[in-house]
Amino acid sequence: MEVLSSLTFIILYGVSYGMVLFAISIGLVVTMGLMRVLNMAHGVFAAFGGYVTLTLIHQYSLSFGVALVVAIVVVTLLSLPIERLFFARLYMAPELDQVLLTVGLAFLGVAILNLLFGSDPIPAALPKMLAGDIDLGIRKFQVYRVVVIVLGAALMCALWLIFERTSFGAQLRAAVDNRGMAEAVGINVNRLFTVAFALGCGLAAFGGAMGFVILPLEPMYPFKYLTIILIVVALTGFGNIKSSAWIAILVGIIDTAGRFLVPSVGAFLIYFVLIGMMMWRTHDLPATR
Amino acid sequence: MNWHRVGAGEFVYWIAALLVFFLLPQYLAFATSVLVSALFVMSLDLILGFAGIISLGHALYFGFGAYATGLATFSGWTEPISGTLLGGFSAAALAAITGPLVLRLTGLPLIMVTLALGVIAFEGANKLTWLTGGDDGLFGLQIAPLFGVFPWTMFAKTSYLYVLAWTFLMFLLARRVVASPFGVAIQGIRDNSLRMRLIGTPVLGKLVQVYTIGGFIAGIAGALSAQTTKFVGLSVLSLDTSVSALVMLVLGGVGQLYGGLIGAPVYMLVHHIASQWNPYHWMFIIGGLLVAVVIFARGGILGMADAFGRWIAQRRGAAG
Repeated sequence: MEVLSSLTFIILYGVSYGMVLFAISIGLVVTMGLMRVLNMAHGVFAAFGGYVTLTLIHQYSLSFGVALVVAIVVVTLLSLPIERLFFARLYMAPELDQVLLTVGLAFLGVAILNLLFGSDPIPAALPKMLAGDIDLGIRKFQVYRVVVIVLGAALMCALWLIFERTSFGAQLRAAVDNRGMAEAVGINVNRLFTVAFALGCGLAAFGGAMGFVILPLEPMYPFKYLTIILIVVALTGFGNIKSSAWIAILVGIIDTAGRFLVPSVGAFLIYFVLIGMMMWRTHDLPATR
Repeated sequence: MNWHRVGAGEFVYWIAALLVFFLLPQYLAFATSVLVSALFVMSLDLILGFAGIISLGHALYFGFGAYATGLATFSGWTEPISGTLLGGFSAAALAAITGPLVLRLTGLPLIMVTLALGVIAFEGANKLTWLTGGDDGLFGLQIAPLFGVFPWTMFAKTSYLYVLAWTFLMFLLARRVVASPFGVAIQGIRDNSLRMRLIGTPVLGKLVQVYTIGGFIAGIAGALSAQTTKFVGLSVLSLDTSVSALVMLVLGGVGQLYGGLIGAPVYMLVHHIASQWNPYHWMFIIGGLLVAVVIFARGGILGMADAFGRWIAQRRGAAG
């Protein structure tokens, strides 16, 4: 019973963590796949979404759902000029330039977050509705974790529908697989990218807002969680949209299991997994010599 | 840059570095730390600027050298010169082992694996408290006088000259490397690795060699940091150290060997001045600088100086 209880704990916490990682990293997977741009500043959008949501809840006493939607819209709109100003010039730039410019943007993002929202970490106080426990038969769980999983699953279904069943999704998949060919058949890849970038930033905001307990908000957020987000992206590979959900959940479970079962080395278990995976499957990564 | 001729600017630079010793005796401790950083950044320039290896974990070799020298000093090996060399060779050995694994990758996987190795080393050093002292680090290192004569005083006179000598030697080594046929080959790999492979260059082998040399110089810098501060803390392995080195390099100019030697003093002076402000405001400055350099001044300070020099020459040409 003890084992079963720990196991469900790891899975529930790991999966809810993975769902947050998925929402934040999917935008990056698409950007990397479509334009080969390494965006080190992606976490800024997630943090901003989280901060806006919490500010709306605490200061304007909106409900969690309404605040979440407003935050996603705000971040999506904000990302459009940022894409035009900074990212549009990176499409054909060397990797080093991409890393440097986006790291620079991440620094600026951190400074702006601090300016707008203060330097103290935001206490992760849940609304009453989410703070309670729910009995799932084996043991009790926080409602919040279950809600995150449900929201994440809904997001996965929605994205699946968009990618597989809409014209936009078909164009996106075509451009990720073969950009030149997609352009040749008349797809406006640049406009597609602008839309995909904004969508990715909106999803990051969704992840940041939904995961404010799992990844607590603080100005250093974009750097603190950059590695774990990049791990998901690196393991997913270029533009492999479908597998990114499973990879994110797997990363969530491995990281949770590592920290829970072997606390002394668990925090960096995920890094060993990353190195092992990178070494093992070099043959199917396009980025090897 | 022509590596077979010594430019006038180069003489000016090293003479200025020597003049610091005589003119600014009260700032020698700070100047020593600047030189150590400059040397570390130069090792990054060798692998990033010349071989195109983008690494976010270069502090691994700096920290490894620092801990190797620190631990040797603790166990009684107090002679400074062999102590510095020990740090360099330990880091070179580590680079020679990790190189063949890491350098098969490019792009994001390469960046991620170098980052992951750095994080593992940092966390490892943090956990191995019995060896590394953990959070407290290794402090109070006692080093024997240089050549048995010059003691390591508080005013950092010996330290400054010792570090300056090592920096100059390592600069000569790096300069020799990039001017050699081997140096041309790694620059070819940076520009087009497929083409280099097609003309028969053992790409991975060459990259591992330059990575090992870069590791060696980074290890020397780490050892010097341990010896001159008499302290080795976890920060020598931190991601922050890797990223700051990258920023200093970009600020100075990538792929010119002098990038670090120029970028490190500028970065550290600004940091020194900004240290009394809120640390988040400092991020405005470095973020803004990075964005500005990438968008407006691709070559960093050296690139701007070059452009300015050309502009002057043109004006003169027009006038004459």
